[in-house]
Amino acid sequence: MAEKRKKKLGIKQRYSMLTRGLSWETTYQDMDKVFPYDKFEGIHIHDWEAWEDPFRLTMDAYWKFQSEKEKKLYAVIDSFAQNNGHLGITDARYVNAIKLFLTGISPAEYQAARGFTHVGRQFRGVGPRVACQMQAIDELRHAQTQIHSMSHYNKYFDGLHSGPYMHDRVWYLSVPKSFFDDARTAGPFEFLTSISFAFEYVLTNLLFVPFMSGAAFNGDMATVTFGFSAQSDEARHMTLGLAVIKFMLEQDERNIPIVQRWMDKWFWRGTRLLTLVAMMMDYMLPKRVMSWREAWDIYFTEAGGALFKDLERYGIRPPKYADIATKEAEHLSHQAWHIFYNYTHAAAFHTWVPEKEELDWLSEKYPNTFDKYYRPRLEYLDKEEKAGRRFYNDTLPMLCQVCQIPMGYTEMDDPTTISFQSSEYKGDKYHTCSLGCKDIFDYEPEKYVQAWLPVHQIYQGNCGGPEIEDVLKWYNFNLGADNLDYSGSPDQKLWNEWQAHRKKA
Amino acid sequence: MSLEIKINVIKPRRQTFAHVAKRLGEDKPATRYQEGTWDMQPTTNFHYRPIWDSKREIFDTGLTIIKMEDWYTFNDPRQFYYGTYTLARHKMMEAEDSHFKVIDKNKMMDLMTPEWLQKVKEYLLPLRHFEWGANMNNCDSADKAYGVAVNQVMLFSAMDRLGMAQIISRIGLQLDDSTGKSLDQAKIDWMESDLWQGVRKMLEDSFVVEDWFELLVAQNLCMDGVVFPLFYQHFEDAGRDQGGVAIAMLNEFMQDWGKDEKRWLDHLLKVTAAESPENAIIMSKWVSHWMDRAVNAFTPIAHHILGDEAPNILQSIRNDIIKRANKSGIEI
Repeated sequence: MAEKRKKKLGIKQRYSMLTRGLSWETTYQDMDKVFPYDKFEGIHIHDWEAWEDPFRLTMDAYWKFQSEKEKKLYAVIDSFAQNNGHLGITDARYVNAIKLFLTGISPAEYQAARGFTHVGRQFRGVGPRVACQMQAIDELRHAQTQIHSMSHYNKYFDGLHSGPYMHDRVWYLSVPKSFFDDARTAGPFEFLTSISFAFEYVLTNLLFVPFMSGAAFNGDMATVTFGFSAQSDEARHMTLGLAVIKFMLEQDERNIPIVQRWMDKWFWRGTRLLTLVAMMMDYMLPKRVMSWREAWDIYFTEAGGALFKDLERYGIRPPKYADIATKEAEHLSHQAWHIFYNYTHAAAFHTWVPEKEELDWLSEKYPNTFDKYYRPRLEYLDKEEKAGRRFYNDTLPMLCQVCQIPMGYTEMDDPTTISFQSSEYKGDKYHTCSLGCKDIFDYEPEKYVQAWLPVHQIYQGNCGGPEIEDVLKWYNFNLGADNLDYSGSPDQKLWNEWQAHRKKA
Repeated sequence: MSLEIKINVIKPRRQTFAHVAKRLGEDKPATRYQEGTWDMQPTTNFHYRPIWDSKREIFDTGLTIIKMEDWYTFNDPRQFYYGTYTLARHKMMEAEDSHFKVIDKNKMMDLMTPEWLQKVKEYLLPLRHFEWGANMNNCDSADKAYGVAVNQVMLFSAMDRLGMAQIISRIGLQLDDSTGKSLDQAKIDWMESDLWQGVRKMLEDSFVVEDWFELLVAQNLCMDGVVFPLFYQHFEDAGRDQGGVAIAMLNEFMQDWGKDEKRWLDHLLKVTAAESPENAIIMSKWVSHWMDRAVNAFTPIAHHILGDEAPNILQSIRNDIIKRANKSGIEI
């Protein structure tokens, strides 16, 4: 073989020599012992060599590109801090989006880093292993650069001081935490389908782009610079996501139904997680980028539609309940914001009733639903608040056993009826918020009965004490600062002082 | 004379995150290493157990028998987080790339005697597979490690091993005019030659070691403790009067890396041994076991390159490992 090849290696062959050429079939130890986890999921791989490297990056090039990006990013972060960049944002209400990001998403980046480290060791195929290792270290980058970008905000605003600690405890943060815990406890192929494909490929434009565009629109130089800096990493991650799906589908037709089921599951779990983004886009950005509905239409209906059209030739159909998710795009942000408005006293960010122009914007963006269902409710809440009767919900909500969002979502064809599903398992009853979550539960009940449901845990006495205040202290909240309305908050007071000072100067 | 630009100073309400302040003391500014490392890993209230190993939690201190009250007692003396890590490696790589260019331009590989060229092909090129095995092992330790401090050190190290496997491969491609023939032969040697079977068996046995801290000690102290001085110092010296200067230049990355590895590793071992006599005793057993295996495994290739000098050199390498272990509080 070797003797026949006289010509210099091409780029593809050279890359192959520098990656998969390094590996060998072990003979002193059984390959199945060296790689114990890549078969049990039922995915059949006949030829790991058929893996097409989605990008060809050797470590020298990786260090070069990445260190150049880091240098630029940290220069901006330094300058943002030196020049009080936080004074240049549109309004202090914007910082609440950053609070949600730092406590909800950045810890998830670290989870992703650990997940990719695991699969970066566990696949017996070298091509995917190297790609996964690079993504592992990229995700560590994202966790750390996000913390460093947002560290400045923590010095001046509330609610950002205990991200990882809160992530392990706070009720709404169990939504992203359980999502990543779910992916990490799955087998390696399902992990890649959940994070690389469903999350990075199908849904990233609905998470990353709105947050980063939101930062750009609202004068947050630090975060938007992080966004630009991470863009080429994200592009690589998306390519890996598609590569792994095609690889599984091409290797064996028995893989198709397994992959389809994972797509259904992770699409649905992803859309539930994105509720937080929907709410952020429609309610939390002082200067709005686009509505959640518009983002859904562009990034899921159009882009996702084209993707699933492309996958049709493998026997893959669009994710189950995609039609329901599309209907939900009319409602989700309003229902989620309402839940948080009910429970602001128990959240580490502020809520408010949108101002009149903001309500008008929502009316314009949601002509089918907003005036009919949601505007009257917000106006009512506003009236009550002004009359000194600000409504807080003092009983704890039931949570969905799967996505862990409070069971406040409605049937989409009847927004006055709460959507409510349940399943029996070993004599106990478990509640889910939707058909999508019910399907996920029913397929793997033994997994989802383990869920650490914050409300159950509070009632069982595992969260600091019987009163809400005990629980909030256990969350490490600074009461009266991190929680409650934006109006009257220390954030607001200081912001107004800074702005007044600026005008005087 | 100094110039002072007036800036608008706003007093910060807090200097750093609460979990960082708890370790650092209130109202002190934290470094980026501290903010990006300390307590960033989830520690409690995990939702599900891995379906591939339901005995363990997602993050689990029980994946090694080493016990630490606090897994952040260790801090990387290099203060590497992603940003400082990539910058440092890029700098090393720039120097390495310029060596490649100089050597290529001046045809410095041609200075080697044919005998030494053959030796280089036999000892250095198969080592790329050893580096790849080290990548697997350090990736495994990174996967199972508890706490960000140790996890990131191991992940950086895993990527470094891939990088060094690629540098060695590039040396091969420079030697065979980019046909890949020398690398094909090196793989045959790795799989079949008696010079390498002890090494390969040791590595493959290490792939199935379950305790991640044992694996870390086996790979980074014991195996590397033999490889780095043996290959990048003694073998290099042996080629010095046979025109081996180009190889010596290209080894620079690995030499620098070996020094860098010692810095964090010896500190990690020291902190871990200082935690408890039990830790020190466990590590002592691991070091003894894997050091002897490593010395034995590399004996054939050492003889092949160094001849009669091999036993003395291996003995001194072994002594150095023992010295490092003792200095870290691990009695051998």
